[in-house]
Amino acid sequence: MKDAKIIELEEVAIRFSGDSGDGMQLTGTLFSDTSALFGNDISTFPDYPSEIRAPQGTVGGVSGFQVQFGKKKITTPGDLAHVLVAMNPAALKANAAFMNPGGTIIFDVDSFSEKNFEKAEFKTNDPFTELNLEDYFKIPVPITSMTKESLKDLELDNKSVLRCKNMFALGLICWMFDRPLDYIEGFIQKKFGKKPLIAEANLKAFHDGYNYGMNMQHMTPQYMVHPAPIEKGLYRNINGNHATAWGLIAAAEKAGLELFIGSYPITPATDVLQALAERKDLGVKSFQAEDEIAGICTSIGAAFAGDLAVTSTSGPGFALKSEALGLSVMAELPLVVVNVQRGGPSTGLPTKTEQSDLLQTLYGRNGESPLVVLAASTPSDCFYYAFLAAKIALERMVPVVLLTDGFLGNGSEPWRVPTMDELPTITPRKAKNPETFKAYNRDPETLAREWAVPGMEGFQHRIGGLEKNAAGGVSHDPENHQKNSEIRAAKVENVVNMIPELEVLGEAEGDLLVVGWGGTYGHMISSVRTMQEEGKKVSLAHFNYIKPLPANTAKVFSKFKKIVVCELNMGQFVSYLRDKLPQFQYHQVNKMKGLPFSVHELVENFEKLLEA
Amino acid sequence: MTKFNYTAKDFKSAAEIRWCPGCGDYAIINAVQKTMADMDIAHKDFAVISGIGCSSRFPYYMSTYGFHTIHGRAAAIATGVKAANPNLTVWMISGDGDSLAIGGNHFIHLVRRNINLNLVLFNNKIYGLTKGQYSPTSDRGVITKTSPFGTIEDPFSPGQLVLGAKGTFYARAVDNNVKHTQEVLAEATLHQGTSVVEVLQNCVIFNDGIHEYVTDPKFRAERQLFLKKGEPMIFGEQEDKGLIFENGKLKVVKIGENGVTRDDILVHDPTDDNLGLQMALINMALPEFPVAMGVIRSVEAPVYDQEMEKQIKTVQQNRRITNVDQLLQSGNTWTVDGENCSEPVKFFNDKCFNTK
Repeated sequence: MKDAKIIELEEVAIRFSGDSGDGMQLTGTLFSDTSALFGNDISTFPDYPSEIRAPQGTVGGVSGFQVQFGKKKITTPGDLAHVLVAMNPAALKANAAFMNPGGTIIFDVDSFSEKNFEKAEFKTNDPFTELNLEDYFKIPVPITSMTKESLKDLELDNKSVLRCKNMFALGLICWMFDRPLDYIEGFIQKKFGKKPLIAEANLKAFHDGYNYGMNMQHMTPQYMVHPAPIEKGLYRNINGNHATAWGLIAAAEKAGLELFIGSYPITPATDVLQALAERKDLGVKSFQAEDEIAGICTSIGAAFAGDLAVTSTSGPGFALKSEALGLSVMAELPLVVVNVQRGGPSTGLPTKTEQSDLLQTLYGRNGESPLVVLAASTPSDCFYYAFLAAKIALERMVPVVLLTDGFLGNGSEPWRVPTMDELPTITPRKAKNPETFKAYNRDPETLAREWAVPGMEGFQHRIGGLEKNAAGGVSHDPENHQKNSEIRAAKVENVVNMIPELEVLGEAEGDLLVVGWGGTYGHMISSVRTMQEEGKKVSLAHFNYIKPLPANTAKVFSKFKKIVVCELNMGQFVSYLRDKLPQFQYHQVNKMKGLPFSVHELVENFEKLLEA
Repeated sequence: MTKFNYTAKDFKSAAEIRWCPGCGDYAIINAVQKTMADMDIAHKDFAVISGIGCSSRFPYYMSTYGFHTIHGRAAAIATGVKAANPNLTVWMISGDGDSLAIGGNHFIHLVRRNINLNLVLFNNKIYGLTKGQYSPTSDRGVITKTSPFGTIEDPFSPGQLVLGAKGTFYARAVDNNVKHTQEVLAEATLHQGTSVVEVLQNCVIFNDGIHEYVTDPKFRAERQLFLKKGEPMIFGEQEDKGLIFENGKLKVVKIGENGVTRDDILVHDPTDDNLGLQMALINMALPEFPVAMGVIRSVEAPVYDQEMEKQIKTVQQNRRITNVDQLLQSGNTWTVDGENCSEPVKFFNDKCFNTK
């Protein structure tokens, strides 16, 4: 090993990239899990096309998976990859722009053929020069032919052999980063348990890839990334959609209620429904509806009948749910709506991330229709905000929308799992006294009405979408409508009493306050920390509570010379802040590329603001 | 012996009914309230769900739990109610516009899933609440406010839709025949699954007399065929006409003519899964045929809400994970307990969440 080049790094970002049928998502996931088990902190970013199978070898069909891991706290999957694994020329072309200068490119030399250059629309037979990648460390590996050679003694058809290419590549990368092999070996054995030949082929390709790296060490640099020091406890990897689903199950258990989800499949939110459908063991009632509207309407029905009711969706589906969401505002039923945002408008960019549903969420309904809006900021904290969304809905009898996004939903990170003891109690406002019960009697402090559900003796009442008086009767009285409109608004504002104050990350006063919300947290905190390390007076205020805003928001804002609001839209949160807190001047950083911010571009923008 | 001794009055709310004088809805609500009383099920376990339209004001006039929802969505909301609590007795009240136009999708999927509820479909072939526009059951050519030159589309037949969606129960009744409507509703309540009862209802203001040719009590025996399980399909003042099946089609014959006897007449069996014959009965129209009334189809099939409950119970019998703590600790986990590790911090600060 002495003559091998060994590089010690704080953090490394690797991007696995190939045709959408090449198994890159699985390869990336297995490598990430292995790294997390090894003790690195990780952050991942799957980047895949919306077509299930775009034409093979074309740039449109490239599927990528980026993981950053390191020995310190990792908050983003990395702006640029240090190592790219490119299974074909199209993968190289699609990812050239995301490479760290001087990074390493491992490519399947067998697939770098004239035919594939053509498919990827290269003009010459020298893709590296064409993409200005001359100065990069390039490692040609005959992945296809080595895999074939490796598996030639097994009685396998050509298609099955080629399906093992990703395992060969994974083996090689595991050697490069000194990863233990046992987790991946176990995974393969379990996954292909019923097909021993396929299991054997995948294992052999994986081991041969690893051995290939060891044998070729003269040309391959090996990287060392040490384990990260973190909080003690039991850890697991979790993505945002799973965390959301589990947070809702936890809330149901805490509240002593059954959980109902009515939903309709939509990228990138489908995993929430799937993760809940798996949990029949915990009594989850999952209902795949005929459309988005039925998704929310079945949930409203379940809320009326006394379940913790949830619906999940993404932007276009959220639009379809608007009318019914208005009904839940009017009927004042507890309901949680999860919107895993994606690029819009219309079908937009189904597999790409964006934060452009904020104004739709706040205002996208007929009438004065206030509801509570929360936003999760990391894959794992989706668990806590989903839990909290349910707590607020049940205790304040109000619909709550939880905003996550494609980046959080699909991205994963290691998570110290809490115990149920660590979570706050949830006390649904179940009606207790039939003598005094009226459908719209309210708690004088919170303004929440009581929840009486069919089957409860003595509480029979009617609710509906029409304006009501306190007793629940239909009312067209002008004064009553005015009063109720104000009450519904005040009820949402009163939620401020149960949410924490806005935290400032960094000094409480300074030259620049960086403001963000939701899924951009990782990139925001990384960029702010970078600047703080350079001695700049920059702090971060990242919002998880959008409506109502934390009580101390204005106080926090007032301590900084400049405020910049960064979001993956054209300025939706900033326009909301200008409306709510018009006394401040706001600068903006906005991005509409279907991609997360990069730390680099944020820092650049902040530096300009500091100089100006 | 009944357990509760309810009367129809026990199901009436104090709210003043605001349907137009002479509206067919009055007769239907009376029939429903009487049926509910006869069901002998605890009052607290009834839930009446409606959409939008004249008929959908129904829940306000009931003393049960009720939810007046939004246009077309009653089927989905009622589905959620029943799935959340299968012990409830759920009634859905809807009209031709609500269930067959804006809510058409939810309607067919409700029927397809066979949710165990009773659906009363008021069919007056018009939009009444918006004051007289044609509906998806309006006849071709009808002149309304939105079809001043006549419609150029054919109507849905609710029964055809129910059968097309693999419905398990379909019956037809007329608002002015309260006794028969009650009989049909009583049968609907006994059915496990979605029971659709189409009631031909008269809108006195915007479509007065639309069903009159069929429903006029003076010609009831001649123009309506009352189907009953196990009885021959006979009609007419003299009970001398009946249906036979000939060359793949229904045919009206006269008993005593051409050698036809009572024994030749078809015997009605709604429990037979015979979609062809039941569809033919649904399609019968004047003047060639009498219009079929009563329970046309009532077959057994798995019920969604019961299956959902059963599936959860089955899975739970062999479960390894019984609570959320176990879930969180399941699968691939690892323990971090190194020297340079810090103590875990609770995500939620208790202080923030103590308020009620």
